[in-house]
Amino acid sequence: MIEIVSPGPYATVQDLGRPGYAHLGVPRSGAADAPSLRLANRLVGNPESAAGIELTFGGAALRFGDNAWIALTGAPCPVDADRRPTGMCAPVWIPQGGTLRVGTPREGLRTYVAVRGGIGVEPVLGSRSTDSLSGLGPPPLRTGTVLPVGGAGPSAAIRVDSAVQGPFSSCPPVRIVLGPRADWFTPDAVAALRAGPYEVATEINRVGVRLRGTALERARGGEIPSEGMTLGAVQVPPDGRPIVFLADHPTTGGYPVIGVVAARDLSLVAQLRPGDRLWFRPVPGVRT
Amino acid sequence: MTIRRAGEQALLVETGSLEAAHRLDALLRADRPEHVEEIVPGQETVLVVAPDADQERLESRLAGLLASVTDAGPARDETGTAARIVEIPVVYDGDDLDSVAALTGLTVAEVIALHAGSEFVVGWLGFAPGFAYLIGLDPRLHAPRLDAPRTSVPPGSVAIAGPYSAVYPSASPGGWRLLGRTDVRVWDVAADPPTKLPPGTRVRFLP
Repeated sequence: MIEIVSPGPYATVQDLGRPGYAHLGVPRSGAADAPSLRLANRLVGNPESAAGIELTFGGAALRFGDNAWIALTGAPCPVDADRRPTGMCAPVWIPQGGTLRVGTPREGLRTYVAVRGGIGVEPVLGSRSTDSLSGLGPPPLRTGTVLPVGGAGPSAAIRVDSAVQGPFSSCPPVRIVLGPRADWFTPDAVAALRAGPYEVATEINRVGVRLRGTALERARGGEIPSEGMTLGAVQVPPDGRPIVFLADHPTTGGYPVIGVVAARDLSLVAQLRPGDRLWFRPVPGVRT
Repeated sequence: MTIRRAGEQALLVETGSLEAAHRLDALLRADRPEHVEEIVPGQETVLVVAPDADQERLESRLAGLLASVTDAGPARDETGTAARIVEIPVVYDGDDLDSVAALTGLTVAEVIALHAGSEFVVGWLGFAPGFAYLIGLDPRLHAPRLDAPRTSVPPGSVAIAGPYSAVYPSASPGGWRLLGRTDVRVWDVAADPPTKLPPGTRVRFLP
């Protein structure tokens, strides 16, 4: 078991979410930066879909009740195990009773902790993820929360010493496919979206990232009849300030979506902090 | 009637009507194309999420299905969804009966009679897991949401807002006007399926 000595600013259990229930109003949820969780799981020999811990802005301390192989990925933080400095992106051995301390990330926002065997909380609708929008899954971690380990399915031998993660950028280009409702906006709005940059506002969470920049003006009024929303959708409320939907986004909505962030670039958005900027780069909708 | 790209991994099919959206939804569920992960009906759309599919092939398949559901006419229903009806007993003692009566110029008894006298259909779900937007509210009962939403609405609350009615599936904040409550559990994550009210289900409230 793992005892949460301190969860840091915000920490949850996350796996790859609960796809397949959007038509019942259930957000997909799952790791906001899914490639980082997958990598952390590979580093400890877990199936990529095993549940780990998603830290927001680091600052956590975890005590391990049993011997454990763990790995950290995502936003790079200073890390020590029982006051021995250790690193990111590599399997780390924690002896029984050991405490892992994670500092504040130098860059990026979300850090993932995988443990061999996975976090074994009870799944809800097939997933162990905390859904911050709907409250499905385990509650956010608090001091004193105890998490069982195990249940991730068969683990493989650990064959990797370390892994390389791409650099984190506080001003990344982010590919976006325009539509499905780009025609609800003026040509100037679409041009403004391309011209960028947009700055990340303080209102960010697992549901979405609110952006500041040139307001995106609509070519028509009213609301769209409620329609399905997809991961990475850039939804524009009447104030013209776009919101990029992350893992816990609502399944349906009535504000027009001017574009959808390319799947490969969504983790870049999930790692942005307030004050960071991004440049939207429109790309064709079909993968080449 | 068009099919729009919603990013690299999803297509938004405009069906032009809720009925056609439900027919397309039912066809896709009965014979799910390869790699389709989510099928999400909306008011006049169906969102099809398929991260690993060949989007162009999927689009041409959807175009064929779309033509068949929009040509079919309202009477045709080969999917059987229209046969399913859920009856929900309601105790009409909600905190907003009086405000709805005042806003609509009806008596409380008339409000109850109109709500219980209508047949609804589940249009789509959203807002919260299991929260079904019920279409078919008598236009005389259309009333705006509360100015200030309640911080917590108990599960089983039967409510209306604008052209919709709903049964709150779980405790949540809410700005809809409460007409009453039911003991029917419309949402249970331990059940399969977890909802009694998937899109297309017909619903009647029993006073």
